[in-house]
Amino acid sequence: MSATAAHTINVTINGRRTELRVSPNLSLLELLRTEAGGPEVKLGCGEGVCGTCTVLLDGEPVNSCLMFAVQADGCGITTVRGLAADGELHDLQQAFLDHAGSQCGFCTPGMLLTAKWYLDRHPDADREELRRAIAGNLCRCTGYTKILDSIEAYRDLPQDADGD
Amino acid sequence: MATDTGRTKAREAPVDEAPVQAPPPARLPTGRTSPVPHRDFVEKVAGTLPYADDWGFPGMLHGVVVRARVPCALIASIDTSAAQEVPGVRAVLTAADIPHNAISEEASGLGIDQIVQPVLADERIRYDGEPVVAIAAETPGAALEAAGLVEVEYEDAEGAFTIDAALADGAPAVHPGGNRYITWRSAIGDVEEAMGRADHIIEETYQTPRVDHAYLEPESGVGWVDSDGVVTLRVSTQVIEHARQLADILQLPHSRVRVIAAYMGGGFGGKEDMTVEPYLAALVWKTRRPVRMVWERQDSLLARQKRHPFRMHYRTGVHNDGTIVAQDIKILGDAGAYPLLSSRVLFAGAVNSTGPYRCLNARVESTAVFTNTVPTSAFRGFGAMQVVFGYESQMDLIAQRLGLTPVQVRERNFVDRGDIRVTGEPIDTEPGTRECMHRALEELGEMSAPTNGGRVGRGFACSMQPYGRSMFFADRASCWIGLEQDGTMVIRAGVTDLGAGQAASLANIAGEILGVTVDRTSVHIGDSALTPLTGGTFATRQLYMSGNAAVKVAQLLRDKLTPVVCDLLGCEESELEWANNLVSVVGDRAHSVTMAELSRTAEARDIMPYVHDTFHAETGDFDPATGRGRTYPDYTHGCHAVDAEVDERTGEVRILKYVAVHDVGRAIDMQRVVGQIQGAVAQGIGYAMSEEMEIDEGVMSSTLFANYLIPTSLDLPDINAIGLELYLGKGPFGARGIGEPPIGPCAPALARAVQDAIGIRMCRLPMTPERVLAAIRNGRDDSVPGAGKDGA
Repeated sequence: MSATAAHTINVTINGRRTELRVSPNLSLLELLRTEAGGPEVKLGCGEGVCGTCTVLLDGEPVNSCLMFAVQADGCGITTVRGLAADGELHDLQQAFLDHAGSQCGFCTPGMLLTAKWYLDRHPDADREELRRAIAGNLCRCTGYTKILDSIEAYRDLPQDADGD
Repeated sequence: MATDTGRTKAREAPVDEAPVQAPPPARLPTGRTSPVPHRDFVEKVAGTLPYADDWGFPGMLHGVVVRARVPCALIASIDTSAAQEVPGVRAVLTAADIPHNAISEEASGLGIDQIVQPVLADERIRYDGEPVVAIAAETPGAALEAAGLVEVEYEDAEGAFTIDAALADGAPAVHPGGNRYITWRSAIGDVEEAMGRADHIIEETYQTPRVDHAYLEPESGVGWVDSDGVVTLRVSTQVIEHARQLADILQLPHSRVRVIAAYMGGGFGGKEDMTVEPYLAALVWKTRRPVRMVWERQDSLLARQKRHPFRMHYRTGVHNDGTIVAQDIKILGDAGAYPLLSSRVLFAGAVNSTGPYRCLNARVESTAVFTNTVPTSAFRGFGAMQVVFGYESQMDLIAQRLGLTPVQVRERNFVDRGDIRVTGEPIDTEPGTRECMHRALEELGEMSAPTNGGRVGRGFACSMQPYGRSMFFADRASCWIGLEQDGTMVIRAGVTDLGAGQAASLANIAGEILGVTVDRTSVHIGDSALTPLTGGTFATRQLYMSGNAAVKVAQLLRDKLTPVVCDLLGCEESELEWANNLVSVVGDRAHSVTMAELSRTAEARDIMPYVHDTFHAETGDFDPATGRGRTYPDYTHGCHAVDAEVDERTGEVRILKYVAVHDVGRAIDMQRVVGQIQGAVAQGIGYAMSEEMEIDEGVMSSTLFANYLIPTSLDLPDINAIGLELYLGKGPFGARGIGEPPIGPCAPALARAVQDAIGIRMCRLPMTPERVLAAIRNGRDDSVPGAGKDGA
């Protein structure tokens, strides 16, 4: 590996601001999985097709396998652990649990984040819109039916005051 | 929770005698047995479950495998000197460094497999992607850099890249014994005499694709040598029993290798053979350092084993009323370059090729053919799913020829309990195929309207697929169940968990019998050193085997503790109810003991509150010379029905409505059963419509997810999956296995819908837009290589 100078970046991961030294060829995925201690971000294909490694970058879903860590400098990153608060599952996570939206669980972190992103912006999305929204996140276990059931169940919850 | 009556009945019919039809417990687990989800599912949605690649040691090494990128060659030389010099490289292994360079398993179960597969190629390369060198280095970057510096010199050799080329006269031999690896034959009655009196003979050839499991979690694991000198691997695997094979490879005592199975991010049979294990074990043993190895997706697609492509030639004789009088079936399966589990897959293909239809004159033959392509092995459905496309396509062609409906033809021929299969054995449980068919068609309802100006067609297909291993394997599974002093329950079983809830179901099953709730239960699974061995999670066997083991052991533990309870409560055994972490007198909850009291009292009396025992499957002999004997313990039946729209301008097929119905006997957890069916349908639709590994002159070109197309959410409709609880099977509480069977009917159901829409039967999978469009233009599907030849 070529010895290139490390860069210093500032990122806010799940609300916690951190300064990190990263080599310029390190992917955001590798940064999150290793230095940032976030194994919940999964590597599925490394070519930006399966969506397994999805995280939210300043609120927008990205394939973290296709980004360099240095490109995230100054950004806020949300991984699936950022959904749960104080050890309590987020309502969307609970919906996946209640409706068996997760089987092997490997696509689940990326799927949850994509669903959260889309519903935050389109709280009244219908099933076909949701089906399009998750088209970039592959699942090999469920056939998507129970994933969509789970997302709809969350959508249909009475809205709490906290709004998140 | 089940009533006492149910449990008493379960005890009257000991499961190890495997009664043909177990008496049903009076109240059955028919939904989520416990409102509390098992821990692994909570961790999955939280993102905290440590998969094989999420766990490791500080300072561990990183392993890579260097693969040949030629399909067939002699190795002239391997130069690893430059690789060795890369800073941080700690080991560069070639074949000579592997103590016993052989991956071998006697897969047939009948002592007829001989060929071994090298861990690292020694003299020749037999397929594109075959491993040649294994490297471990301090960083992933150093390992990859070293991999790029390995110099292998090849001498080209002539290869056989298709089954036709491999079977041609003078074909280059993949292995010295020739390219016909194994042939299975079974026959019953007099096929030629019956063909002679048939009113019609329907003959067709079908071709199915080579496909990849495409689980989202790549092959991965971490290995280390523990303080007792035991080589330990924590890997994504369906089979911890590979520890023994690994010990043989390293030439260590079996007690010195341990395999721990992490929860898998999907397996589908693709982690049934070893993946990273031998390379990881060799690097760990060589360096005495912890090593992590994760295969890239592109390596996985390139070189890890696939599903067998089958070419199936069916000749079916029928009477005018649709009754089948004779079946003559020949199957060729592409085994790729090494045996792996091909003998078993082709066995399953042969003996299941007549489907859920009675036929007293049948002859089936299947042959595994070696080619210089990626090896094929286990994949959900395991030979018994490819043939569903064959036998169901034949049923539809019979209907078309005779002017009958597809329902009528099937009704005439469905097997019943007591009917004899091609192997001469009777079907000894009630098949629910007929009911599944009617329910599926009823659920589909009104014919769908076109959405895009195309032609809409309707199709359905039935199947009968086995669960459990072939009976001559004399299968068994062990389990340990005990109560802690605080009344919580511990279950130890060597099962591996694919994501289908294999661990959770053991907690549910034992909880049914001992009355301990899931939140008070811990299940320890998948450790070859610490959990009783159950056999791997494959062959739709785990619920049947480990589930029955849990039933047996839980019942034995209950029997062991019952005298203590009776003594404490001053009552008779028949008065007891075990539920909600209490044992109480029926109808008098105040009169009870807690599990904690029971456990402590028993221990004080030196009646230890735990039991370890083994469940034995039904066994039977099979004679490969005659093809007669017992094959599988039981079958799961089902029917799928679909409306699909064909765009005649593009050949694109859009699925509008899909119903899948299976007789599951009894559901341990109906929500999970439905999830298994939906997932299998999704995989079956990919197989039918879009998935195919492209190999050109031995070179694999489908090495990206970008060109190997598994279904996205946009490719699938909602899947209406229904588990019927019709006739009891041989699993716990009468359950039938559901892991594999729902993948079979998808392709023929879709092919029938396409036929209904455009009047052409597609005989080759996948039914890509290109092939459908070509068929529309040609007026028939000409895409099956070698179609019409009798020698399929």
